[in-house]
Amino acid sequence: MPDSTAAVSTSAHDDVHSPALLHHFATPEQQRNSASFGMWIFLGTEVMFFGGLFCAYLIYRRWYFADFAAASASIDVKMGAINTAVLICSSLTVVLAIWGAELRNRALMIGMLLLTMLFGLTFLGIKGIEYKQKFDEHHVPGASFNFEHEEVPSQPGHYANAYHAQIFFALYFIMTGLHALHMVVGLGIFTWLLIMAWKGRFTPEYHTPLEIGGLYWHFVDIVWIYLFPLLYLIDRHK
Amino acid sequence: MSVHAKSNPLKAYIFVWIALLVGTFLTYRVALIDLGPFNPVIALAIATTKALLVALFFMHLRHANERLLKLVVISTIFFLGILLFLTLTDYVSRPWTITSLAWFM
Repeated sequence: MPDSTAAVSTSAHDDVHSPALLHHFATPEQQRNSASFGMWIFLGTEVMFFGGLFCAYLIYRRWYFADFAAASASIDVKMGAINTAVLICSSLTVVLAIWGAELRNRALMIGMLLLTMLFGLTFLGIKGIEYKQKFDEHHVPGASFNFEHEEVPSQPGHYANAYHAQIFFALYFIMTGLHALHMVVGLGIFTWLLIMAWKGRFTPEYHTPLEIGGLYWHFVDIVWIYLFPLLYLIDRHK
Repeated sequence: MSVHAKSNPLKAYIFVWIALLVGTFLTYRVALIDLGPFNPVIALAIATTKALLVALFFMHLRHANERLLKLVVISTIFFLGILLFLTLTDYVSRPWTITSLAWFM
């Protein structure tokens, strides 16, 4: 128990405690729980934020299912699957970085933080290639959007309605774009965590920033876990 | 109580990681088989299983026993449920368009 030292002395400031313990917290445990609690509230607002987009997606998917299936068939499922695996690997490296901090293993912690960022950059790179393909195919909603003579997967001879397909692509770009923005923010957070870790700020007793940053990263992973089947895998069977 | 006191979590982490990768592969393979209305059901079931694995093991919700934290997580799921479920019951149960023949199809 890291807070057992605090119980020894009841006087205000002369007891020996971690320099990371802020004065308005009684124990490191309380400080850690407060930070974690705040992060979970933030993640709750993030769930509702993405939830509105998922709701819009579900309504339009129901209305224009055939057009959504045709539009979904035009995106590269292999890229999406690889990116899912990349994000899952990055979530593993995040927990291993925290484990490294708990073990006071500096090399493990810093190595895993670097790997996490590498996976994050790989994800964004693959996403960039996918976006490039969509731009080249004129599948980006707007004046140059073109989705004529695209067959509906399960109905040979039937062509998708380009206006309805455009709604799919609008949702695709907003949802994956917002997710990618979260990845960019995550990379920023992890750059800061890396600097803190490099300076030796994290100990087995205190590494709350790593845990809080990790929660954010895992949340972004979970969003992608839902985006992958919903956007890439509509009516894929032959 | 806290994650610090735990012994070696590596085995659980690796197990969850492999389960998540297998789940991803499974999602892709099942999507190629025609299961009618069950395609999206299975896809979302796998996705939810994966999300639960991440939340319980990687985000350490498994060890969470602070009541406030539980309150936040449960109310988040509850309000997301209101948003999605109540909105969709409206759209599913009313003939907004002629394409609303079958749910999710």
